[in-house]
Amino acid sequence: MLPSIDPGITNSLLEFLPELVLVLGIVLMLLLRLVGSFNRSHLGGFSLTIGVIALFVSLLQALGEPGLKSVLEAVSLAESSVGKTILSLAQTPPPAQSQSMMFGGMLIYDQFTIFLRILLYVILVLVILLTMTTGIPDAEDSADFYCLLLGGTLGMVLMAASAHLLMVFLAIEMASLPSYALAGFLKGRRQSSEAALKYVVYGGGAAGIMLYGISLLAGKFGTGYLPELSISLAAAFVPSAEGIPFDPILILATLFLLIGIAFKLAAVPFHFWCPDVFEGAAAEVAGFLSVASKAAALALLARLTMFVGGLDPLTLTEPAKELPYLSIIRYLVPTLAVFAAITATFGNLAAYLQTNLKRLLAYSTIAHAGYMMMALCTLTRNGVDAMLFYLVAYLFMNLGAFAVVAYLRNQTRSEDLADFRGLVRRSPIMVVTLSVFLLSLLGIPPLVGFAAKFQVFAALFNDGQRYFELGEKGIGTTLLVLLLVGGVNTVLSAFYYLKVMKVMILDPRVEDLEGQEAQRYPEPIGASLYTGVLAVLVLLLGILWGPLVTWSQRTVDRFRVTPGKDRSMLVASAADVEAGGAGGVGRAALPKGKGNVKGKGGFDKGKKQ
Amino acid sequence: METDLIWMTLLVFVPSVFALGLLLFPRKWEDAMCWWSLLGTAVTLGISIAIFINYKSGVVDRQGPNNTRADRVAMSLDARTAAMDEAAQEGSSAQFKQNDWVARYPWIARFNIDYFLGIDGISLPLVLLTTLLSFLAMLASFHIKRYDKGDRFVRGYCMLFLLLETGMLGTFVALDFFLFYIFWEVMLLPMYFLIGIWGGPRREYAAIKFFLYTLLGSVFILIALLAFYFSNMRDFVSDKVVAARANRLVETEGDRLPGQQPQEKLAAAKEVVRVNTFDLIVLARAGRAALQYLGNDRNVDAVTVAPAVEEAKAKVAALKEANAAADDISRAEKELAALKAGLNSRLESEWFFTPAFQLTMFLFLLIGFAIKVPVFPFHTWLPDAHVEAPTPISMILAGVLLKLGGYGIIRIAYPICPWAAEYLAAWVAAFGVFNIVYGAFAAMAQTDFKKLVAYSSVSHMGYVILGIAVWNSAANSDAWSWGMNGAMYQMIGHGITSAGMFFLVGVIYDRAHHRNLDNFRGLFEPMPLYGGVSAIIFFAAMGLPGMCGFIGEVMVVFSAWKFAPGGHQWIGITFAILAALTVVLTAAYILWTLQRVFMGTNPAYKNYPDITVWELCCAIPLVILAVVLGVFPPLVLNWMEPSVTHLVDTLVSFRM
Repeated sequence: MLPSIDPGITNSLLEFLPELVLVLGIVLMLLLRLVGSFNRSHLGGFSLTIGVIALFVSLLQALGEPGLKSVLEAVSLAESSVGKTILSLAQTPPPAQSQSMMFGGMLIYDQFTIFLRILLYVILVLVILLTMTTGIPDAEDSADFYCLLLGGTLGMVLMAASAHLLMVFLAIEMASLPSYALAGFLKGRRQSSEAALKYVVYGGGAAGIMLYGISLLAGKFGTGYLPELSISLAAAFVPSAEGIPFDPILILATLFLLIGIAFKLAAVPFHFWCPDVFEGAAAEVAGFLSVASKAAALALLARLTMFVGGLDPLTLTEPAKELPYLSIIRYLVPTLAVFAAITATFGNLAAYLQTNLKRLLAYSTIAHAGYMMMALCTLTRNGVDAMLFYLVAYLFMNLGAFAVVAYLRNQTRSEDLADFRGLVRRSPIMVVTLSVFLLSLLGIPPLVGFAAKFQVFAALFNDGQRYFELGEKGIGTTLLVLLLVGGVNTVLSAFYYLKVMKVMILDPRVEDLEGQEAQRYPEPIGASLYTGVLAVLVLLLGILWGPLVTWSQRTVDRFRVTPGKDRSMLVASAADVEAGGAGGVGRAALPKGKGNVKGKGGFDKGKKQ
Repeated sequence: METDLIWMTLLVFVPSVFALGLLLFPRKWEDAMCWWSLLGTAVTLGISIAIFINYKSGVVDRQGPNNTRADRVAMSLDARTAAMDEAAQEGSSAQFKQNDWVARYPWIARFNIDYFLGIDGISLPLVLLTTLLSFLAMLASFHIKRYDKGDRFVRGYCMLFLLLETGMLGTFVALDFFLFYIFWEVMLLPMYFLIGIWGGPRREYAAIKFFLYTLLGSVFILIALLAFYFSNMRDFVSDKVVAARANRLVETEGDRLPGQQPQEKLAAAKEVVRVNTFDLIVLARAGRAALQYLGNDRNVDAVTVAPAVEEAKAKVAALKEANAAADDISRAEKELAALKAGLNSRLESEWFFTPAFQLTMFLFLLIGFAIKVPVFPFHTWLPDAHVEAPTPISMILAGVLLKLGGYGIIRIAYPICPWAAEYLAAWVAAFGVFNIVYGAFAAMAQTDFKKLVAYSSVSHMGYVILGIAVWNSAANSDAWSWGMNGAMYQMIGHGITSAGMFFLVGVIYDRAHHRNLDNFRGLFEPMPLYGGVSAIIFFAAMGLPGMCGFIGEVMVVFSAWKFAPGGHQWIGITFAILAALTVVLTAAYILWTLQRVFMGTNPAYKNYPDITVWELCCAIPLVILAVVLGVFPPLVLNWMEPSVTHLVDTLVSFRM
């Protein structure tokens, strides 16, 4: 009865190829240190190669065979031996209409996985490039640093692809542990070590709570396999004759699971680690964590909520009454909405008070996590679509901002806003590019940040309206209120983004104020090029966001998590519950014919294959 | 390829291209940068004049001199867009009209956003005003080095200035709401930096205040934009658009539609497809439908703007006319009834056609635009911004940016939410009158020369609001169209005089280095020519007959007299009297100012040089326009009036 599990492991391995490249890279890097001549050389180039190869392979997979063929034909390479090799690499086409499971249902392989994988590898490549231009880490530590970076990315890809609660936990831990070490990588700096320790303690606590939630869920429903779990969970919320069932264990379990993700997302009130860690860690690491870690956590949240919410409840043709997932959605939307609204508002308000640029950006990332969660609150494909676009936009603008901070730190030996007064007179390129990134974060058109924010707001309004039409006034109102909150937040965020620009551009230069001799800092060509290219990308993507939005839309179009027959089973089982009265909702809700899974099958799915 | 698309694109983006060109200049060539930017604004001015000539000959004059209602309809954006879309659907490039001055190019398909530009009598005067004032302001910017505290940011100044021009022009020619919004926001940032870097002592405060006020307004506009977009417009676009959208739905959501065969799916898609659009023309059509529907007790028969239904009605009428077989007639009538039923069900269920939606969105738009106008109580950013901004930026701010608010109300708020506009007409007009009176009193109390001019702007823009707001019944539609035309004329007149006044204040500030009215005196003696130029501009601003300020004000006051919301004639008469009496206040503060600045003798200023030739170059065009537009208003009204009156026509004639 398991939906479309692959017959053999070979397919899974092929689909897993980019990650295997990464694993190979890590192992090689660790071994290379044993070889004398590589012991002290900088491994940035090597890890960059690994990252690019992984990115390349995942791009090939994303294109699939037909797409690839047309590309190759366009450059007239299709018939050559190179072309044939490439084509054979792409033998595992992306699932056109449905997803397939990797490794016996542990991981899911669909367009969403591919999208996130490409996104994360782009981040990886960009971060490695950044570290190579800023000089952190030095040659001696480079092997450790890049191993951790690659390992963390691997964990994040797994987070985005998890299809099983056990895998969710493993992936989160696999992403977290390297992050802890990376945060404390600036050895000898007290702040850095403090940041790492804080991160570990908070992270450990959150992981424990999450594991508790996972075990409660798995124990209650006898499975950790998400598609099955979602059916049972949704059925548990279907109102019976005696009203809506109230099960504290269930609510605690889902809440605990959410807390684990909220910690990774730095959603308020689980954000306390974020400003400290970002302040203590190197700007490069902070940039990586703020972009990649957030992308993975949001992907996981999207995965879980869309599993639980079934698929888009706002389909074209189904009458409202037959939507089996609506009852759980009624709980989920307000919960997420409260999280999102508080996160965005708090992040924006707190950022205004910061004097350290990295801390300010840390609160800004918290606020942006809030915006992206707003998109997910709709629990529709529209919302996930908007979130995916936002992630891409956010990658360029936020990483760009952190890159500028890193370069400025190299120039001025400071990350304090007060030392950046009148900086435009000394490092014009850095300040102008930083302004572009900050304005994009603020959402000023025609920069990509606006296109992203527009889509989030559009999703909120559109789906709010459609929920109204379904008769779900509560959900609809929630989403419209959330839209207003988002609008107000945009204005709030203008205060601190403009403050940074005011300090750097409008204020007199710091030397004049402190009576020192004015100097013009040299702007390294690498730094100018890096931030310049990102800034141009932010502008170009803000004008021509059509193709990107087509891609993200196509990604969620294929975001069919629960196959049709499962849905019909759910309807049937819900009918059973109603017919059978109030006898133990959880048990009765399990689809018929699934009794064999119920006992202990859940966690053993991998072995069964 | 459509030539008008190219021309309008050039108009908008030539300044940006010149801004990019500035990057190639070496750092030291500051004068060359200024000349280059001046060339950029001059080229843009040239393009706008070329467009004007072609529009006048190609669109306006073709309709003949009679200016009948049919002529006005034929030259309206509505008709021209319909003709263009028709031609585009048929795909024959020969039928593409090269000079209909509307052009569309798809931009982002996912959200149906078009790069949709167009020009009519409402936008064109303001485009010309913008290009002229930008040119003159750039001419006045050659001494900008003086303002930037030794930083030598000439390149930055010129780039921001040209970017600002692109934003302003784009806002005026955009006919896609999303595009409009993009350009609207593009203006925000250059203005922030232009005030913040080159401004006076409190420049940072003024700049951030301007930014936050406008951003808040933008958020309101953004919410209205989303709300309009997600309203179903399928009844107000042509069949072909509906069919195209249905096809797209089958492509993307095919497996969720009922039916097996492609045809079945297509039919099902046509049933459920929603047409969402940012097209301001379509949205305005839906707005009229809402007006007709809500204004006639939710009666579907009153709606006369849905193309499909109108076509069916015409078909039935034609069949009856031709005495066709009873079968055919009854079949056609059945089709009509079905279409009407569909329309009715959507009118009943769509949010767009509810009073609450119309009122909320009208208020959102009104607040968003009123901040820019600025209308009391959202005006407090204006005096600060004006006082701190450098002279050329003050010229642009008063001359063009304030007009964008008025333009937004005329182009977007009124056509899309006319029902709410009528419902709230008395209140909007009251705000306009309050603006007039309040601005005049506030101006009288100022001692800072620039603040005085700033508050006089508040007062004068009040006439614009009043002129727009004096909604009238179909019988009295002439009165309202006077008001609307007066509002437009007032915008142009005020653009000329306020930019002139700010420039003249700048001239004197360059010499005296202060703006305190009580410390001037006797300037006429050393600077007779300057005094003469000032007198003309200030009298024009005062609304002296024979000057451009007079025409707009008098048209607005006349139309306000006829304004009778809910049949209460006294309201309109009160408003008219108040607005007319304020002219006395205006005369008072302007004459008093002239007296304080120019009369008497003042030994301290004895050796001031008179206005230079360079400065005269900036001022003389404005002086000439102030007089010519006052003496011979048809020069503008001839080609502006049909579009404005058409807008009024479409809005007043809604009751069955």
